[in-house]
Amino acid sequence: MHEMSVAEGIIQVLEDQAVSQNFSRVKKVWLEIGPLASIDSDALRFCFDAVIRGTLADNASLEIIGLPGLAWCLGCGQSVAIQQRYDACPECGSYHLQVTQGDEMRIKELEVE
Amino acid sequence: MCTVCGCSEGETRIEGHAHQHSHGHSHGHEHEHSHDHGHEHHHEHSHEHSQHHNHAHEQDEAHSHQHGDGLHDYGQGAARAHAPGLSQSRMVQIEQDILGKNDQYAHANRARFEQQSILALNLVSSPGSGKTTLLTETIRRLQQRWPLAVIEGDQQTSNDADRIRATGVAAIQVNTGKGCHLDAHMVGHALASLPELEGGVLFIENVGNLVCPAAFDLGEAHKVAILSVTEGEDKPIKYPDMFHAADVMILNKTDLLPHLDFDVDACIEYARRVNPDIQVLQCSARSGEGMDDWLKWIETQRSQRIEQRIRNLQNRIDQLQAL
Repeated sequence: MHEMSVAEGIIQVLEDQAVSQNFSRVKKVWLEIGPLASIDSDALRFCFDAVIRGTLADNASLEIIGLPGLAWCLGCGQSVAIQQRYDACPECGSYHLQVTQGDEMRIKELEVE
Repeated sequence: MCTVCGCSEGETRIEGHAHQHSHGHSHGHEHEHSHDHGHEHHHEHSHEHSQHHNHAHEQDEAHSHQHGDGLHDYGQGAARAHAPGLSQSRMVQIEQDILGKNDQYAHANRARFEQQSILALNLVSSPGSGKTTLLTETIRRLQQRWPLAVIEGDQQTSNDADRIRATGVAAIQVNTGKGCHLDAHMVGHALASLPELEGGVLFIENVGNLVCPAAFDLGEAHKVAILSVTEGEDKPIKYPDMFHAADVMILNKTDLLPHLDFDVDACIEYARRVNPDIQVLQCSARSGEGMDDWLKWIETQRSQRIEQRIRNLQNRIDQLQAL
């Protein structure tokens, strides 16, 4: 639902970076989005395509790199893979998990000119 | 929505600010969008400009070199003309959070709250959970003790702010237009219209929505998720991001429990699955049961902030005395 804000946030970062890194066009954007980032990738692609028109990223392509969700299980003392916040530890069944990776929502890299 | 200036789809209104703020900021941004007819955002607040741009630019691509923040951008036109030597493709590693801008504004809000020992609480819930009733009841019980103020977020109307003002406490309504959440910049603007709050409590009643407000830090001390027992007990796992982001879950309308099948224990267990540390309070703003626990929690948080500030100041005094 807020993917439009997120897409516009991307454009803002690009505009700021265009000044500081001295480029005028963005051809490709790589994002890292974790499964716990409350972002729907398809919705974000749709919004991205809508907001880039007429900006420095007009026609840019979007690459979304998925990251695995990881959590530290307090029950069995190890790092385990999770897909959702309500997942139990796949090893011991505990819900005492501290998310260590998976809520990222970052612009990793740009192809610019 | 523009997360820089909070102007939403051009429809954000902050009482007392009318539309001015949205013109003040995002011009570079707006021009780039205004000829972009496919979607509705930005159009309304750029009426003065966009009515010229909207149609003219559809054919006239030659404008594009002016855009891109003062850079020489020859590449936006349909012909994709590039000035030789200027446009070599390269890779830039930036590693930036997408919502970094919002986080900067949130950081500024938080610094301001800390400087003045203001306890800021971001109240989040689905529509109809009883946030505003809980808030008016909370205010009624606290307003003689400390300075209080409210920022009300809704898509439309100032009904909620009117209800708060009826208690005598200052309230600013932020209408997000089509936006589904408050962002830190809107809150920063609204703060400017609120009275002095040192040592007090600021309640930010977010747009009723269990999804989007989870992602937007407003600079608050705590997110407080309110879940009424007329909703399903599985809401915490249906909307895990919100219950993960919240430090406290208030189960509201508990006076209705005898009439419902709501399983309180299951609800709390679900909430702890997504957030093992979440604190749970149960109350009914209507009957008053459990309200004391909630007020006590607020009091504790408020005291901690003031004590922390005193410690910081004391340390500073010690440093100065040692000079």
